[in-house]
Amino acid sequence: MTVSLAQLLESQATLVADGGMGTMLFAAGLARGSAPEVWNVERPEAVRRIHADYIAAGAQIILTNSFGGSRARLSMHGLADRAAELNRAAAQIARSAAQDARHSVVIAGSIGPTGQMLAPYGDLEPDDAAEMFAEQAAALVEGGVDVLWIETMADMSEVRAAVEGCRRAAPGVPLVATLTYDTRGRTMMGETPEHAAETLEGMGLLAHGANCGNGPDELLTAIDHMHHAQPQAHLVAKANAGLPHMVDDRAVYDAGPEVMAAYARQARANGARIIGACCGSTPEHVRAIAEALRQEDPVT
Amino acid sequence: MSLIEEIREGVIEGQANVVLEKVRQALEAGESAEVILNQGLISGMQRVGELFEEGTVFVPEMLIAARAMDKALTVLRPHLVEAGVQPIAKVAIGTVKGDLHDIGKKLVAMMLEGSGFEIMDLGINVPPEKFVDAVRQGAQVVALSALLTTTMPNMKDVVDAIDQAGLRRQTRVIIGGAPVNQNYADQIGADGFAPDASSAVRKVRELVGV
Repeated sequence: MTVSLAQLLESQATLVADGGMGTMLFAAGLARGSAPEVWNVERPEAVRRIHADYIAAGAQIILTNSFGGSRARLSMHGLADRAAELNRAAAQIARSAAQDARHSVVIAGSIGPTGQMLAPYGDLEPDDAAEMFAEQAAALVEGGVDVLWIETMADMSEVRAAVEGCRRAAPGVPLVATLTYDTRGRTMMGETPEHAAETLEGMGLLAHGANCGNGPDELLTAIDHMHHAQPQAHLVAKANAGLPHMVDDRAVYDAGPEVMAAYARQARANGARIIGACCGSTPEHVRAIAEALRQEDPVT
Repeated sequence: MSLIEEIREGVIEGQANVVLEKVRQALEAGESAEVILNQGLISGMQRVGELFEEGTVFVPEMLIAARAMDKALTVLRPHLVEAGVQPIAKVAIGTVKGDLHDIGKKLVAMMLEGSGFEIMDLGINVPPEKFVDAVRQGAQVVALSALLTTTMPNMKDVVDAIDQAGLRRQTRVIIGGAPVNQNYADQIGADGFAPDASSAVRKVRELVGV
């Protein structure tokens, strides 16, 4: 079943988004240091399974395996020329996983940062970044995504470039953008949640908010500030499952499903409309989030 | 305000052209290159680091300040060489094997350079052998970066490789990156950890005893 994100936001008080993709891919055997997007072609079944598990856990929005799918990031792996192919495949896999779902699922095309600093602080010109984002967005839309989902951003000028690129390639496709507030309540580049919410609302995005960072508590504070600044905004909360600790060379995140259930309730209380998770989370965390929200979701 | 104070202020404000001009004037006025460096440029960068740690300024301000210092150094460097002014120590820095993240490592490198260290930037996705080579070439400190929990274990490989090469006692290893903490530094036998570029400078100074 397909449904638009705007429709879901109209009809339900809170929506459940999925959890970490990288975490699951590495658990499934993806080699350290290799580009996760390659599995969209080499191991599509493994990627599809992760989507299916998140959907079964209750996710109504799933993010494609294309976080590092911009030409800039793929070029670090020598894969720049495969950007279109890998992003298209990412969207197709997610779409196919959603087809078997028992509930409506929105396919969101994940777009992460280029990994470079934009001018004037760095060398990447905003318009060149926009071109790379446009290429990625075009392929994601061609593969069948419903919305384009810009995430883990630190620099508002890179968000602008991504929005510009998406609109260039796919005018009319709804956009979502989330930033990462991991530096004393701000993004690495000093952006505040309040100012970002105001800017992103002004850019006409369907939803925006926060993802990744230093665990649920800091993210919840950011959401709170955004909600006070822009009470009408559709806010997105996607926190990491706590903080990582290394145990036998493997990262173990310290927030279990019960912690994420409490986080989900608080995120809703703080004004978030779309609630999911990020690094370190698994379908178990998303199931706990979905159950927590379902139990107490006011009927609208 | 003296010229030196103006240089320091210019760095804090990130005014590259002002800093450049004042450094030229100071040199013409016969000020020593070492004083210009230490009391002007480095002192300014140190203040920027403090402001960063206080949460008053963020990465963009740090970048602009570092750029101002960099520009001034192009004029000052020949005078420093002539006067025989040595860097505090040589630091080899890189993002460990398998990890392609550049920004955090670059910031740390810039702040260290701005504090008077000589930097050997080994880049991203750096195999352990390259860090070992850098120690052989005189790096007294090795600074390792990782942004991913999946590449963090490769930091330990570097510590082990330096150890196996018999160079561990002449090297200090410092680690950093979003998922890294002091506990992990202890776990892999690194000498220190820093949560951000500014604390990294403080930690490295502490490790080399200045």
